[in-house]
Amino acid sequence: MLTRRNFLKYSLAGAAGLAVPATIKASTGTAPAAGTATDKRWVFLVDSTKCVGCGMCVKACKNENEVPYDANVSRTWVERYVVTKDGKVHADSPKAARDGFTTQTIDQGHHGKEIIKPADISKAFFVPKLCNHCENPACVQVCPVGATYQTKEGVVLVDRTWCIGCGYCIMACPYGVRFFHPVYHTAEKCTFCVHRLHAGLKPACVEACPFGARQIGNRNDPNDPVTKTILNNKVQVLKEEYGTKPQVYYLGLSMEVK
Amino acid sequence: MVHGEIWTMKELFTYPNEYIYWSVQIVMYPFMTGLVAGAFVLSSLYHVFGIKELKDIARFALVFSFALLFAAPMPIMLHLQHPFRGINVMMTPHFTSAIAAFGIVFFTYGAIVASELWFLYRKHFVDKALALREKQDKSFVEQLWYLLYGTLTLGSYDVSDEALHRDEKAIKVLAGIGIPVACFLHGYAGFIFGSVKANALWMTPLMPVIFIMSAIVSGIALCMLTYIVVMEIRKFMMKRSRKTWQQSLEEVKGAEMHVVKMTAKYLVLFLVLAITLEFLDLIFRGYTAVKSWDVLRSVIYERDFYDIFIMQYGIGNLVPLLLFLVPGLTIRRTILGVLLVLFGVFMMRWNVVIGGQAFSLTFAGYMHYLLPIVPHDWETAKEGLVGAVGIFVMPFVLFWFIAKVFPVFGETNKAH
Amino acid sequence: MKNHVFRPLIVVIGIVLLILAARFVYVPKDFGSYERGYIYSWHRQGDENFWNKFTIKYQGKEYCKDCHEKNFTSINKSPHRIIICENCHGPAIDHPSEARSKLVIDKSREQCYRCHVKLPYPDTARGRIKGFLDPEQHNPGMECVTCHDPHDPKLGGA
Ligand code: HEC
Ligand code: HEC
Ligand code: HEC
Ligand code: HEC
Repeated sequence: MLTRRNFLKYSLAGAAGLAVPATIKASTGTAPAAGTATDKRWVFLVDSTKCVGCGMCVKACKNENEVPYDANVSRTWVERYVVTKDGKVHADSPKAARDGFTTQTIDQGHHGKEIIKPADISKAFFVPKLCNHCENPACVQVCPVGATYQTKEGVVLVDRTWCIGCGYCIMACPYGVRFFHPVYHTAEKCTFCVHRLHAGLKPACVEACPFGARQIGNRNDPNDPVTKTILNNKVQVLKEEYGTKPQVYYLGLSMEVK
Repeated sequence: MVHGEIWTMKELFTYPNEYIYWSVQIVMYPFMTGLVAGAFVLSSLYHVFGIKELKDIARFALVFSFALLFAAPMPIMLHLQHPFRGINVMMTPHFTSAIAAFGIVFFTYGAIVASELWFLYRKHFVDKALALREKQDKSFVEQLWYLLYGTLTLGSYDVSDEALHRDEKAIKVLAGIGIPVACFLHGYAGFIFGSVKANALWMTPLMPVIFIMSAIVSGIALCMLTYIVVMEIRKFMMKRSRKTWQQSLEEVKGAEMHVVKMTAKYLVLFLVLAITLEFLDLIFRGYTAVKSWDVLRSVIYERDFYDIFIMQYGIGNLVPLLLFLVPGLTIRRTILGVLLVLFGVFMMRWNVVIGGQAFSLTFAGYMHYLLPIVPHDWETAKEGLVGAVGIFVMPFVLFWFIAKVFPVFGETNKAH
Repeated sequence: MKNHVFRPLIVVIGIVLLILAARFVYVPKDFGSYERGYIYSWHRQGDENFWNKFTIKYQGKEYCKDCHEKNFTSINKSPHRIIICENCHGPAIDHPSEARSKLVIDKSREQCYRCHVKLPYPDTARGRIKGFLDPEQHNPGMECVTCHDPHDPKLGGA
């Protein structure tokens, strides 16, 4: 509840507020968000070795979450990395891979198309990306009005009725998962399909992936297969150096992944 | 069409959702706030430190700073996707965000400038209000003026020497408090950028300090420019009319040159400080060469070389520095100098805001900003050349109105 | 009249009180800091409901079982069993109903290219799926479904 007293407290905390995150981070650590053991904490597991780049996840996500199908933005996307024998990395994600990868040419945007001879390829792989629902979400920290927030289950959401559309959260996200919704003109991002989770279903992208490259799990449940995989296997997260503590774990990630 | 797509040209490997979301209005925003802060600091140099040479320009700078103050939030309003919700920043501030401080800092600062102006012009308001009160059968317009001045006195008609003395003391105190607040106002604009850890170009603790320095530079430059223009108009009027003036034409000319020379010294001082800090930042980045340096180097030394080294440092900093340092400063040279300085500071903002988005978060791709010149819808108008120029013109228009209530010249000698 | 110096301050305090009053009216009552504290969960709690209640569009494979038994059983015997029906037919929300009595049937070759254009990537799952480096070589200009039944691709064959 918001009382005047609260407001004054926060106002006084003003300058100090900017310095607070560091201290809180320290006390939270990697432990699950405050709450009882029965609380869930959703985490995601991507097995990038299984991904074939069909883009069914992107298609499903756009349909499920009413992100205009032809707009060049997406809550989730798939990247392709082709490493040639000279060590060069060639990567792309045309139309966020909504239609899958159906040619060998690499889309370099304004730079044109790049054709790589099969004989030159030393390795290649696909990497699905989505919001990391970080433990310390930088995007939430910088929202000036409290329009984006993290729920107790760890999901980062945006309030479409409160967002002013300043774009600060888009700038603050190191993973580039946010964008302006073409219809609502508010910041938009992956929700882990909370509406499906609450109905006992899996997120649309998980459901749509034929190859089992995407899985969702509850980190607070030690018997959850995803939790087990994360604990028992060599997993990685993206851009760890930003201190955001991302909660999308990757199996078989290569160092070339940006 | 996705916001930002129309003016973003993507190259090599970028994430699908990346566009230039912060466009020209976000360049204008720190530019305008910088002018506010700079103008205020200039006026305070006289009020607080008693630098007598700046007396003439001080009052002018304060009024101008007030006009700029109203123009400063406008770029943000034009930038927001939901401008009418902008009030949420005051209603539910989230202080872990640098932007949330805007509401508070801006309001505090506005209150200080307005109060200072009130003390400075109190006698003028009282005089006007009393004169109008005496007058029989006021016209409708005069009624309005009377109402306005009556309100502006805030019910205090005491203009005894003792009271005026107290006014002066209050001005001094306010100007004193105002300097750190003005620096904070702009320092926080720098903090907005400096604290974005996701952006390799922005993230440096030097950012707020660099912003403050260049803010003061631009504020002084704009005040000098406007001052010169106003003085030239006055001189022109003096030549034209046969009315006897308080000062002779020669006196005005001499006074103008003196003010300009003095102010130019401070301009050069802050300009040197700003450049030093910027180069410190650049050298440090090159030397430490962390992960992002490869892509930053390619942006700074290759893609944006022209914008950064030719436009900003060359034309915007080095040339004016030479213009001011070569002895025998003239008005014309000053005008050229301050115009270039203003341009240089604008380019600095541009290179920070647009340059910071010139490379992708992947560090393996680039984005090029194509400023919409000819608007074909509301979005390309407000976030294009038209919007930017509109914002730049706004404080001058506002100044014209505000100067009607707060006369900047004319009564200078009588009031204090 | 002595203390005129403080008049601007009174005006400022007045404005601040006005803002506070405006807040009281304007800010929803459920706005506050929740489980993750002021930093990470300063928000309007009602919005969580908006997202929790968001409409579910993808119904899942089991949903089709009873009405489209033939396709369901045949696809389950084929290598395409891993692909949920809605990937090819679109979200089945409101199906079957007046609004959506039939789902999309996309017979385009592009639909199948997603997986069956062979990409020469060694040691990847994609490289192992049967297909063609150049799909335009495999019976160009014809819909794949003329020869292959997507629900039972193995049996089909010209
Ligand atoms: C309650 C029964 C029911 C369920 C459940 C159902 N359908 Fe249908 N479906 C129908 C009926 C009835 C039709 C209309 C047949 C017609 O008009 O010829 C139809 C038509 C279709 C068509 C178009 C067939 C054509 O010949 O044009 C497709 C494709 C389809 N359904 C796919 C699905 C998929 C995929 C699912 C599961 C996600 C599904 N349906 C679930 C009853 C159902
Ligand atoms: C790989 C893509 C794909 C998948 C997966 C798929 N379908 Fe189809 N489906 C098609 C295509 C293509 C047609 C059109 C076939 C034709 O015209 O011969 C079709 C046709 C149909 C029809 C129309 C009548 C018919 O039998 O030809 C129905 C009903 C249908 N599918 C139901 C399903 C159901 C139920 C599932 C899931 C168990 C499913 N489909 C999975 C691609 C698919
Ligand atoms: C989501 C990916 C995907 C899509 C889309 C897809 N397939 Fe398949 N298809 C597979 C996989 C996986 C297999 C299993 C065989 C393999 O591993 O090569 C397969 C097998 C087949 C086979 C049998 C190959 C054999 O084993 O002899 C045919 C024929 C086929 N698909 C045709 C189609 C057609 C026609 C479409 C378009 C309507 C289609 N597929 C769409 C993934 C896909
Ligand atoms: C004119 C009929 C015809 C059409 C149209 C056709 N195919 Fe085939 N396809 C065949 C026949 C016959 C075979 C088996 C013989 C062979 O390997 O060429 C086959 C084989 C395949 C295989 C297995 C290849 C392998 O290596 O074992 C796949 C996968 C396949 N087709 C997919 C497709 C897809 C995808 C399309 C549409 C783009 C398509 N086909 C269109 C007739 C057709």
